Amino acid sequence: MSIAQVDYNGLIPNNVGLGDDVRVKRALEKWHPGYINWWKDMGPDGFQESMVYLRTAVSVDSKGWAVFDYVRMPEYRWGILLAPAAEGRTIPFGAHAGEPAWQEVPGEYRAMLRRMIVIQGDTEPASVEQQRHLGKTAPSLYDMRNLFQVNVEEGRHLWAMVYLLHKYFGNDGRDEAEGLLQRRSGDADQPRMLGAFNEATPDWLSFFMFTFFVDRDGKMQLEAQAQSGFDPLSRTCRFMLTEEAHHMFVGETGIGRTVQRTCEAMVKAGIDDPSNIEAVRKLGVIDLPTIQKKLNLHYSLALDLFGSEVSTNAANVFNAGLKGRFQEHRLQDDHKLENATYPVLKLVGGEIKRVDEPALTALNMRLRDDYTNDCSKGVARWNKIIEATGIKFTLTLPHVAFHRHIGEFRNTQASPSGELLDAAAWEKKKDNWLPSSADGDFITGLMQPVVEPGKFASWIAPPKVGIDNKPGDFEYVKIA
Amino acid sequence: MQAIDFQTEPSRYRHWRIVCDGDVATLIMDVDPAGGLSGDYELKLNSYDLAVDIELNDAVQRLRFEHPEVRCVVIKSGKDNVFCAGANIRMLGKSKHGAKVNFCKFTNETRLAIEDASANSRQIYMCAVNGSCAGGGYELALATDYIMLVDDRRSTVSLPETPLLGVLPGTGGITRVTDKRKVRRDRADFFCSTEEGIRGAKAVEWRLVDETVPPSKWDDAVTVRARDLATRSDRPATAKGIALTPLQREFTESGVSYAHVSVEIDRDRAVATLTVRGPSEPSPASVEAAHALGAAFWPLAMARELEDAILHLRSNEPAIGLLLLRTEGDAQAVLDHDALLIKGESDWLMREIRHYLKRVLKRLDLTAKTLFALIEPGSCFAGTLAELAFAADRSFMLIGTREGDNRAPAAMILSEANFGLYPMGNGLTRLQSRFLGEPDSVEKARASIGQNLDGDAAVDLGLVTFGYEDFDWDDELRVMTEERVSHSPDSLTGMEANLRFAGPETMETKIFGRLTAWQNWIFQRPNAVGEQGALKLYGSGVKASFDKERV
Repeated sequence: MSIAQVDYNGLIPNNVGLGDDVRVKRALEKWHPGYINWWKDMGPDGFQESMVYLRTAVSVDSKGWAVFDYVRMPEYRWGILLAPAAEGRTIPFGAHAGEPAWQEVPGEYRAMLRRMIVIQGDTEPASVEQQRHLGKTAPSLYDMRNLFQVNVEEGRHLWAMVYLLHKYFGNDGRDEAEGLLQRRSGDADQPRMLGAFNEATPDWLSFFMFTFFVDRDGKMQLEAQAQSGFDPLSRTCRFMLTEEAHHMFVGETGIGRTVQRTCEAMVKAGIDDPSNIEAVRKLGVIDLPTIQKKLNLHYSLALDLFGSEVSTNAANVFNAGLKGRFQEHRLQDDHKLENATYPVLKLVGGEIKRVDEPALTALNMRLRDDYTNDCSKGVARWNKIIEATGIKFTLTLPHVAFHRHIGEFRNTQASPSGELLDAAAWEKKKDNWLPSSADGDFITGLMQPVVEPGKFASWIAPPKVGIDNKPGDFEYVKIA
Repeated sequence: MQAIDFQTEPSRYRHWRIVCDGDVATLIMDVDPAGGLSGDYELKLNSYDLAVDIELNDAVQRLRFEHPEVRCVVIKSGKDNVFCAGANIRMLGKSKHGAKVNFCKFTNETRLAIEDASANSRQIYMCAVNGSCAGGGYELALATDYIMLVDDRRSTVSLPETPLLGVLPGTGGITRVTDKRKVRRDRADFFCSTEEGIRGAKAVEWRLVDETVPPSKWDDAVTVRARDLATRSDRPATAKGIALTPLQREFTESGVSYAHVSVEIDRDRAVATLTVRGPSEPSPASVEAAHALGAAFWPLAMARELEDAILHLRSNEPAIGLLLLRTEGDAQAVLDHDALLIKGESDWLMREIRHYLKRVLKRLDLTAKTLFALIEPGSCFAGTLAELAFAADRSFMLIGTREGDNRAPAAMILSEANFGLYPMGNGLTRLQSRFLGEPDSVEKARASIGQNLDGDAAVDLGLVTFGYEDFDWDDELRVMTEERVSHSPDSLTGMEANLRFAGPETMETKIFGRLTAWQNWIFQRPNAVGEQGALKLYGSGVKASFDKERV
């Protein structure tokens, strides 16, 4: 399709008056073909021609935000949708708290704001790239469709960030938008900006863990940016959060169903000792200790995404009114934090201690604490599933000092319970806590594709209800 | 206050590693966050303080003397994704003004020493910027002859001091961008006020870096470039380096003593006497014999001690405002050593020592203390050591002898060394700078090479400020000294720094005279260091509020 004929209001669902915005339209004319090429090169491998039962947001009202239909992914209608403007919105926090929210970029914060948007934008296509081979080993059409839904929505989130860059950052913004298509997850020359987004997602358990833990970091970042005094960013993020919730759902239920299948198989086989790994694995399911190890790995990698516990950068963006705290509007304080403190876990004289730090510089720690709290609710729900089957096993989040590469604990080793270890002790025990290559081989061996409608791979239970209330044998993907 | 020691050696380094591979050495910056001079701050992201730069200075010096075979030095970072974040801001925020100024001066001297190594020792420096490179990090890169930047679509070079910190890139950054890299001034304006910096092709187009290379080709490209630069050097392939052995020093409450240099401090008068002693042994018979002496060869040994004494006085004795420069010993022995330094023109070690003496004398020129030279019987202000008198703000020479002293009258003797061996930062010799308005006087002085110039002759030639006979000497000196230390130390520092550098501007004089002076002004202003100042608040998240009035 020639871009000159693009009917912007039709092809690109939007509520930003795209058709009348010459500047953004010109920028998108250049960027759009590059995006489609990127999707074809780096999007789901082998399924570009398949018809997928996807949800598309065509507007932000209750009728339009979830329209289901079959679509070929390259023809998906990626939209630009902002949550409705709140009349008279003011900047909720920082040095400018109480002033009218910015509708244009404040010059003094241009660089800071642009960097925030670029980093957020860079994670969106990165996860699509990381997950592009997973379609071939999907445990069911239901799961395959969920994967693709997550993928196209990450694509839409990229659009959302590119819109902000095109609309508000001129030439620099256009350059950065181009850069978002040029970097590649795991590429030696042009890697994605954040470490966790350059790691492969090798199997479906990793995918579920990723959507539960890493996408939840994304959710926390969006929550913080949804508070932004820069209103277009706030409105964009608020709408993105409705989609991000689906990604959390995919992760949480994916692991929940895996755990459920394992426990049910153990009960059926009369195995009540979860540590009898060999016997459990023979049942064609993933043993609970290995699930715990995967959890340990992904949780610790996700914690790294929050950056250093004490961070000047975090302080600057808060003070500037660009990025707030989780649910800032519910917090009862002065929203400026100039004299407040916040307890931060630190390594003091070889011990892990809580130390009060200026609250402004401890904002990463605070958001991470909110994140941990959010994660623990999901873990509790998995434990309920295990408990219901009568198996004695509890999944837990490891200590924040465990297996860290960024922040206060990056140069030390600790056990999942937070006991500090020397290098030798760590080497000896780490395979008990993190997936070994043998564990990886076992999981890879289980990843056999199941493409018959209504059927599921041996290691995962079916969902309780279908997407869009479809019946169990619904053909979510018509494989071409 | 803990005294700052400028002596170190590689086995004690906490922040740098030197890896030599044939004619290429790699200087790896891997700053230990806990290894700063003070525990008040953490040296994150390869940011540096004086402790880091003392090691760098030592490494640059050792590479020249201990590794004649090294023709190219590659500076790179030992950390992933970050080259160097520049001077540590919390350190600057917490430092007193004097500490900031001394820090900047020393780091500037180190960067100039790197440029001197490339230009004159033909140990050519290049910088492999393998990650983000901000502020002082980029200034370090600018000191090298060739800058490579990794093109991973995120690594940038930047000078974010103005937008982030409300100060200047004070280690030559602004000056080198315009005068060395010759970046167009409007582009330089944009670059110096853009905190995120510039990367990739644009950085090359704007001449901020010489080359960008993708990460997959990085290591090979750096190696190829280093080998290529090495071919441009004339350093000997098979010569043996000399070890810079630890200095023998003794610090006491009243000063420091070395083998050839001593410092005696009179705290009541705020005066220190710095005495340089001439060679205690006759000059070695040949350049080869000088090599065999190694670090004990007098010009080198004296230079190392004098340098350490100057650095010590600057950093650890800020209240001593007046330095009396004296010499003792056999003038002829000094001249014999000069002759060897000059004769061994093509010898790598003699060349190194000449340039080292040049740098040490420059440190003296840049010392914020009044310098008075005292030329008395028994002194040896000859050749190289006569430069001490020419570096001084004033010099006093005793005419005739002192009562009861049967030594010969004081004499000054010039040698070829005074006519080109030791240019100042302005590119002129001290005598050329001295006689800027009377070039004939330089020629007259040259005609006197080798002659014993007594007080009257030296005054006539304009080589000393005042000649006094014995009966006036003590009293004149006492009054002069008391008067000098009664003036405002700030005013004196400013006055001396202006008067010492007559004549043309060079990049070096601009760095110390223009960039540093502005920086030191900004460092005192509330917009930087007031309670609401940018430097003070950096890292707290609270934004500075500026007094918007332009001054």
